[in-house]
Amino acid sequence: MALTDTDLRRLARLARLRLEESEISGLREQFAGILGLIDQLQAVDTRGIEPLSHALDLEARLREDVVTETDQRARFQSVAPQVEEGLYLVPKVIE
Amino acid sequence: MDWEVVIGLETHAQLATHSKIFSGASTAFGAAPNAQACAVDLALPGVLPVLNRAAVDCAIRFGLSTGATIASRSIFARKNYFYPDLPKGYQISQYEIPVVSGGAMVIEVEGRVRHVRLTRAHLEEDAGKSLHEDFHGLSGIDLNRAGTPLLEIVSEPDLRSAAEAVAYARALHRLVTWIGICDGNMQEGSFRCDANVSVRPRGQEELGTRCEIKNLNSFRFLEKAIEYEIRRQIELIEAGGAVVQETRLYDPDRDETRSMRSKEDAQDYRYFPDPDLLPLSIEAVWIDRVRAELPELPDAMQQRFTDDFGLSMYDAGVLTASRDMARYFLDLLPCAENDAKLCANWVSGELAAALHRESLEIQDSRVSPQQLGGLLKRIQDGTISGKMAKELFDALWQEGGEADALIEARGLKQISDVSSLERIVEALMAEHPAQVAEYRAGKEKVFGFFVGRAMKASGGRANPEQLNAVLKQRLKAE
Repeated sequence: MALTDTDLRRLARLARLRLEESEISGLREQFAGILGLIDQLQAVDTRGIEPLSHALDLEARLREDVVTETDQRARFQSVAPQVEEGLYLVPKVIE
Repeated sequence: MDWEVVIGLETHAQLATHSKIFSGASTAFGAAPNAQACAVDLALPGVLPVLNRAAVDCAIRFGLSTGATIASRSIFARKNYFYPDLPKGYQISQYEIPVVSGGAMVIEVEGRVRHVRLTRAHLEEDAGKSLHEDFHGLSGIDLNRAGTPLLEIVSEPDLRSAAEAVAYARALHRLVTWIGICDGNMQEGSFRCDANVSVRPRGQEELGTRCEIKNLNSFRFLEKAIEYEIRRQIELIEAGGAVVQETRLYDPDRDETRSMRSKEDAQDYRYFPDPDLLPLSIEAVWIDRVRAELPELPDAMQQRFTDDFGLSMYDAGVLTASRDMARYFLDLLPCAENDAKLCANWVSGELAAALHRESLEIQDSRVSPQQLGGLLKRIQDGTISGKMAKELFDALWQEGGEADALIEARGLKQISDVSSLERIVEALMAEHPAQVAEYRAGKEKVFGFFVGRAMKASGGRANPEQLNAVLKQRLKAE
């Protein structure tokens, strides 16, 4: 599967990574290598095999519906860069 | 051109659990900002999610109530996107194998019964809240809601009008509150809908390009937003344009939808199975236990009310609008000689009006089924007239107490015995000989004059039917 520069920029944007122009060709090579491995995996005949969703052959353990956490806001917010009126402050985002 | 409208809804129902879906933090509404956001909800390094059994229970309840299939094994996936109120950078949701698939809801619009197929219902976590008010050019983040369990219920594109979409949303709302998996509070965002809307020339198989209207949190907005969107799409196409697939927001102040983001920058969520969560296994015994605990469902009860009590579908619908409403009605019946029609009229009439005036829910009614039953009994045995009963109901509502005691105290007892009525009528006739003569000369209008006077003379307590009979008989007699 060929990866274009546009694909690469898009992936970087989705992952919030800043790419310098000079990095692109090198990265494309590395990506092509990874995708080659995936192609190899895809080529395996998996008919009749149940899709694997987890590496461990176990089932989820569940918790009872009980409130076990207490208010630790002061401790959590002591390491936050900026807080006000109990809120975490972040650069303004409006869709 | 004749256009056909095609609508599918995605509904988020907040599940009525005490704690969050993957952490032990409280889900109670209205806490101080971030007081209920624990280390897991904040996505601090090293934390791991552990699934809440009660959230799964809710999903199973819903699936069984809609005739859906419960997956014996389902998978949690990461839906990846960046937003400050989503601390992990992904939302834990379900993608390939949801816990519930298939099923259907039955709706009735203008006498037409329709089956609306459900695609799926999956468990996921809610995000936090971003407050864009003035924090010196910054946004404030409250993560109390982050990690609150949601059931996202997806319908097939089976709805054909805004009215059908609203009927479906209402039916869904009634069901999720009925089976106790969601409190249904739309102001607090516990039940919200996204609508996928498209139009196509009638008869065309292929679907038109759709737009998704996000976050509709009232039935009225749902209806208006869809109606606006249908008009917009038809006008656009008829003017030679084309609908662009995009996400739109409804602005209730301007009653219009506007573009939020188009398909070009539509999110690519890059779903993949969450390695932090093992597959969820639901064994048959679990499903059987939930099935055994399910109450009689609203559709079935509505049908039973029409079959057993001879009520109209409409009346039965009002009485099964909520489980508490149905419970009130069923408690009232034996207190009022099982006269279902009388009970239905009072519950959906006077009682509903009184509740509405004070914005009370039926479970907070100031008049209990026993009190109302005591009142209805006195209508049934002719002690009081319907009109007096309404007065008495107001008194019960305001002051409480028992109907019989109030009737006694207020002297509201209806005068039904013939000799008392005859005395009143005879006195009146003696007082107004001219009107008696007019009546006897054929001027029947005068009858009303006597009814009015007699009522007044009895302090409004004369039994109207008896009074009419006595009057007719006496006036006729020479």
